[in-house]
Amino acid sequence: MNKGDRFERVLTADLTRTQIVQYAGVSGDYNPVHTDEVFAVHAGFPSVFAHGMLTMAMTAQALTDWLGGDHLTRYGVRFKKQVWPGDRLSVTAEVEDVRTDDSGQQLAEVTVTTRNGAGEEVLAGYVTARLGPQTGARP
Amino acid sequence: MSRYQFPVEAAQIALFVRAAGGADVDISDPALAAPPTFVQSGGQFDPEWPFRLRPGQPWLGSGREPTGDPAAGDGSILHAEQHFEYFRPVRPGMVLTVTTEPGETWVKRSRSGGELRFAELRTEYRDGEGRLVVAARAVSVTPVPTAASKEEQ
Repeated sequence: MNKGDRFERVLTADLTRTQIVQYAGVSGDYNPVHTDEVFAVHAGFPSVFAHGMLTMAMTAQALTDWLGGDHLTRYGVRFKKQVWPGDRLSVTAEVEDVRTDDSGQQLAEVTVTTRNGAGEEVLAGYVTARLGPQTGARP
Repeated sequence: MSRYQFPVEAAQIALFVRAAGGADVDISDPALAAPPTFVQSGGQFDPEWPFRLRPGQPWLGSGREPTGDPAAGDGSILHAEQHFEYFRPVRPGMVLTVTTEPGETWVKRSRSGGELRFAELRTEYRDGEGRLVVAARAVSVTPVPTAASKEEQ
């Protein structure tokens, strides 16, 4: 992996309410703004909307396919816009830097952006990932 | 501050991966590790977690009658940021001790002239030997309109 390497993937072509419910079920976050259309509409929203953490999890699912599951040392994001049922989501990631830490471990610094079908950023963040042979506590 | 035990199970990891759009995982694989944001599902075990049903207690979602009131602030708190640092893999069979503490708070002016109140929550996930496994920082934001910005709306 080198500086400038890029990764792109469509996370979903049509986010379903059922996937939002599926995430609520496993995470335990049943906040009705995500799971109860009646509540969401009465609270002033056009419909239920996805947990930010669902978008973060879907983005991570794609990133770990690219970078390796156990290789992340940091992952952080800002949630920039709400994600709605029917949204198309795609992630773009780019290696900004490859460096070597004090232990000799190579690390990739990666920027991450997830956009909706209108091209608007819904999530923007970063990942740091170990490259090559693992060291320290990780296998 | 909240403190609880979070038993990590292969089946919950498999369900989490499905929910995130991944393919089915082999839950008998000894190398199975949790995905990067899996620890967020520790809320299932948090005794203070507000967003699940509890027997005999009122729930803010709808049933026979519709619920949801913007004047009561329903849906007003939003998740603004989430950050994780990883120190050890999270694997089935671990029992994580989770501690959550409030962090910094700050206020910004919104474009409409109201306030945006930000609040941090810092969470540590430690293994049975007390070693740090994951550190998390969440930032929430609550928009608070001023009287003037309400009139403009």
